[in-house]
Amino acid sequence: MKENLVIDVSDLPGYAFGHRSVMWWGTLGIMVIEGTMFAVMIGIYFYLRGRVPDWPPNSAPPELRYGIANTLVLVASVIPNVWYQRAAEREDLKKVQIGLLISLAFAVAFIVLRFYEFTTLNCHWTNNAYGSAVWTLMGLHTTHLITDFIDSVVLTALMFTNLVEGKRFSDVSENAFYWYFVVITWLPIFVVIYLVPRWI
Amino acid sequence: MTPTEEATRTADAERDETPNDERERRQLEETWKEPGGFFGWFRCVHHTTIGRRFIITAFIFFLLGGVEAVMIRIQLARPENRFLGPDLYNQIFTMHGSTMMFLFAVPVMEALGVYLVPLMVGTRNIAFPRLNAFGYYVYLFGGIFLYTMFLLNTGPDNGWFNYVPLSGPEYAPGKRSDTWAQMITFTELSALVVAVELIVTIFKLRAPGMSLNRIPLFVWAILVISFMIIFAMPTIALASTCLILDRLITTQFFNPAEGGDVLLWQHLFWFFGHPEVYIIFIPATGIVSSILPVFCRRKVFGYTALVLSLVSTGFIGFGLWLHHMFATNLPKVGQSFFTAASMMIAIPTGVQIFCWIATLWGGRLRFKTPLLFVLGFFLNFIIGGLSGVMVASVSLDQQVHDTFFVVAHLHYVLIGGAVFPLFAGFYYWFPKFTGRMLSEGLGRWVFALFMIGFNLTFFPMHQLGLKGMPRRVYTYLPEMGWGGLNLLSSIGGLIIAVSVLLFVIDVFRSLRAGELAGDNPWEADTLEWATSSPPPAYNFARLPTVAGRAALWDRREDQPIIKGVRSDLREMLVTNVLDAEPDHKTVLPSPTIWPFLSAVAVTGLFIGSIFTPWAVPVGAIPVAIALVGWFWPNRQEHEEELSAERDGRPPQEVEA
Amino acid sequence: MKTATKQLRPGRCLALVCAASVLLCSGCAGVQSALDPAGLQAHRISRLWWLMFWVCLSVFVIVMGALGYALWRSRRRERVATEPEAERSMTRWVTGAVVVSAAILFILLIADFSTGRAITSLESSDAVMIKVTGHQWWWEFTYDDPVPSQQVTTANEIHIPVGRPVRLEMTSHDVIHSFWVPNLHGKTDLLVGHQTVTWLQADRPGTYRGQCAEYCGHQHAHMALLVVAEPPEDFKAWLDHERLPAADPSNDEQRRGRQIFLTRAWVMCHQIRGTDAGARSGPDLTHLASRQTIAAGTLPNNRGNLGGWVVDSQGIKPGNKMPPNELSGEELQALLSYLESLK
Repeated sequence: MKENLVIDVSDLPGYAFGHRSVMWWGTLGIMVIEGTMFAVMIGIYFYLRGRVPDWPPNSAPPELRYGIANTLVLVASVIPNVWYQRAAEREDLKKVQIGLLISLAFAVAFIVLRFYEFTTLNCHWTNNAYGSAVWTLMGLHTTHLITDFIDSVVLTALMFTNLVEGKRFSDVSENAFYWYFVVITWLPIFVVIYLVPRWI
Repeated sequence: MTPTEEATRTADAERDETPNDERERRQLEETWKEPGGFFGWFRCVHHTTIGRRFIITAFIFFLLGGVEAVMIRIQLARPENRFLGPDLYNQIFTMHGSTMMFLFAVPVMEALGVYLVPLMVGTRNIAFPRLNAFGYYVYLFGGIFLYTMFLLNTGPDNGWFNYVPLSGPEYAPGKRSDTWAQMITFTELSALVVAVELIVTIFKLRAPGMSLNRIPLFVWAILVISFMIIFAMPTIALASTCLILDRLITTQFFNPAEGGDVLLWQHLFWFFGHPEVYIIFIPATGIVSSILPVFCRRKVFGYTALVLSLVSTGFIGFGLWLHHMFATNLPKVGQSFFTAASMMIAIPTGVQIFCWIATLWGGRLRFKTPLLFVLGFFLNFIIGGLSGVMVASVSLDQQVHDTFFVVAHLHYVLIGGAVFPLFAGFYYWFPKFTGRMLSEGLGRWVFALFMIGFNLTFFPMHQLGLKGMPRRVYTYLPEMGWGGLNLLSSIGGLIIAVSVLLFVIDVFRSLRAGELAGDNPWEADTLEWATSSPPPAYNFARLPTVAGRAALWDRREDQPIIKGVRSDLREMLVTNVLDAEPDHKTVLPSPTIWPFLSAVAVTGLFIGSIFTPWAVPVGAIPVAIALVGWFWPNRQEHEEELSAERDGRPPQEVEA
Repeated sequence: MKTATKQLRPGRCLALVCAASVLLCSGCAGVQSALDPAGLQAHRISRLWWLMFWVCLSVFVIVMGALGYALWRSRRRERVATEPEAERSMTRWVTGAVVVSAAILFILLIADFSTGRAITSLESSDAVMIKVTGHQWWWEFTYDDPVPSQQVTTANEIHIPVGRPVRLEMTSHDVIHSFWVPNLHGKTDLLVGHQTVTWLQADRPGTYRGQCAEYCGHQHAHMALLVVAEPPEDFKAWLDHERLPAADPSNDEQRRGRQIFLTRAWVMCHQIRGTDAGARSGPDLTHLASRQTIAAGTLPNNRGNLGGWVVDSQGIKPGNKMPPNELSGEELQALLSYLESLK
């Protein structure tokens, strides 16, 4: 039998971070899907805007205070996320555990503020298409937020057990990656819901 | 030596196993074996198992959709026929369209991808195997849901496109329209998760040496449509959600009286709907590009041009949707743009056709059944494409839109352009899936009957449309003069039914008594033929490497082999995106019940939420529990992962 | 191998022959045919159709010819022909074919634009203005006039003058419908919340049938209309007659019939101008007897059909909005006599 060349992969790592990891690509796939969904929803909002002379029709725009507060909370939450993501890439378990808990606290604050946001939207989904669009857009983002929160709670709990291996740190890193996406998608939604009715 | 003789020689040489190899192979069998028994069925996560189920389920839906089509044809065979009353007819044509488009056409193409792509790129399983199983169950439950509602007289009846206001709260009482909308949610979720898995498999799990410019054209096709699915499907998922919201909790998206718009639905639907048909067609071109080289005994002509055509068709496909709305009185300038784009997309398609003809031109042909179906594809699809250029014109479309002319066009491109290649694919890959050949003799009969039946059914429809027969009519008056052509068309439909029946008979017969296939009965060039038929649960005894575009034909004397991937764990090699150089290893999950349970929970949420909005928060609880069960590792998985990680260096030390 | 190609050819030839003979036998003329144009726009569109048809047919024949030749050549081939020379030559051919295809598409595009411009340029101040309202499953037409009392409302049948543009302003009362009279022009949808506009112009007299071309529910199949194009004087006479209120009954039976009409359910939905019946949710019946068909083009307008329709329309058009009506034989005859008098 002839001799074949051999590619020996036995000492390659058993996990990886960032774009080298398969999970990262999966997470990116989900981001693109959800991002598309938000983009389409924003498109629907602007399409409906073009159909009527006044916007919002027959009501005041959503009140700014909770929206701005929440935006600040969300943007601030990036800091602990960056911190624990770096810790994860160094596989520093203690720092990862602390960072995840801090990040969860921010998420809880955000959810509470979101509840208040819903009470000051100054419109109802049954009133008109504007109300429907605003509530649906907020609803989509809130669902997105709550599912990521639950996901993070589970991951945080896992990091306190003895089932931690290298791949877990990679998962933690991706969790932060996904959180940046939650923050970034909020910014255009904030502009659309709170600022657009005041500007156009 | 010709490429095919070379490939055979190498394959034979590899079968000379050392005792070491045999031990390793047995360990692989043990590690990767699929769970058996009744409960084991629900725990399988291997892509060939799930892919096989996907294909069979999609084919069953094809048969159901075909029965609905035959019923339509029987009703329309004579004017003022009383075989089906209007209510049942309207449900049946809606079920036919919805079944074929959502439960057959896209799923079957994705299913072929699920089965073949990991094999073609040379790896052991698809990325995210549990998600793959989940995607299958969600699809299955969605289809069962639709048909159950149909049998309960709650089948959707407003066409596969379900326009508002007809499908809205005011004019569609009951749950028929909601059934349609939620069936969408099931099928889109399934399609989206499978699309993500396929992209990740293609990008990250390829055999070393298979750089991006060496992946098979079928894999390119699947890559392109997976991206298209990711951008197109969220649109319709959102649209159908808005429809359910309008109907269930009185949002006003589509209600003009409160600022909504009926055309919004059409924009959203067709923004998805047009890419949808390319999502169905592009994999079919991948099948043609797979089969032609093998039966012409030469490499395909114009690989680069074909890839660029696939990609540009994918892009341009998103810019055509308004041509479904030419009758809605939108501004002329805008309409003209869409005419131009709709004609322009014929160019990359033309490139593909000319490259294929060039392939045939220089080849030494073997006229087996797969090639016959491909030739049938040429004839039928080109007719469909040309009638497509006609309907791209706003002026002409204003006459033929919503008539049987369009019915003819869409069936020529969908059956001619997708189902014929699909049947070619069935005849081509059946030996790989089952280890046995289908019958060549019966295959020729299936082909001939399908060709004749198909053209007899749909060609007269061009004329019917021009003579004024609109679509979606349950009957027509005798004095219109449409009876003769309709009768001809219905006879054709019955001939198609006979052809499909023969095919099904052949499948059953061949499963039991067909000629044994061996690894590579067609002397083909792609990697799925480098392993046994059907493939073992670990796909390849040795992970392959690749030296050219035609993996088996370009194999070298000293083709490298991979060593160091464990056979006692479900370990796989992850490579980098562009060059497929080995990067790290990963351990894939073992069989588990959680994807099935999650799909059941999700089904409960989806079905409940067409009846009450409370189903969403309440239904979310079992879903959350099931997903936690899915992701929470058990001790054994943890130990396996640790063991695999200890083999290699830490990732921080290794350059990407 | 030989049998495969032999089976291939008969199959394909048979399909083509069937198609061709079907095409030849059926002809193009017809009462609702796009290829039997009687109006300016339909003429232009029909020309575009024939241009595209011949171009596409030629392309098809050439491409199939190339395919057929490739198949035939390969049968005698000893080995594959993939030398660089052959591949380079093939590249030139393929490139050429793509360039020619693009050029053909461009020509067709220009033809489409040119047709589009021609068929939308009917704007005129002299147009007959008709408002169209779509209903499930009938057509409401109102001839517009600056003087409100001169406006005419009718259903399912319109008359238009030959040679004069007609402007249709359209909307729907319920779901999306589509107005399509193939002999005259392409279709335009009737939407809710938007008004759509289309123009027609007949260039020869005749009766042209149209049909709703957007699925609108149960009886979409039975929502037809008639467009009667007549010389301008005849049109004026018709319109003047339509403006008149309903004829008074001229005998006892008709009076009895009118009384039955006005005291039963029909008065809840139908208007007969000149009587107390003023509801607009169903077709206007003021000049019912002057129309050629009933039930939106479903049945010829004669006493027998009218009787059947009045008593049990659900048997003819199941799901339509008119409930069955119980009438004794004598009542039915009286009612029919009255309705037949509404010329």
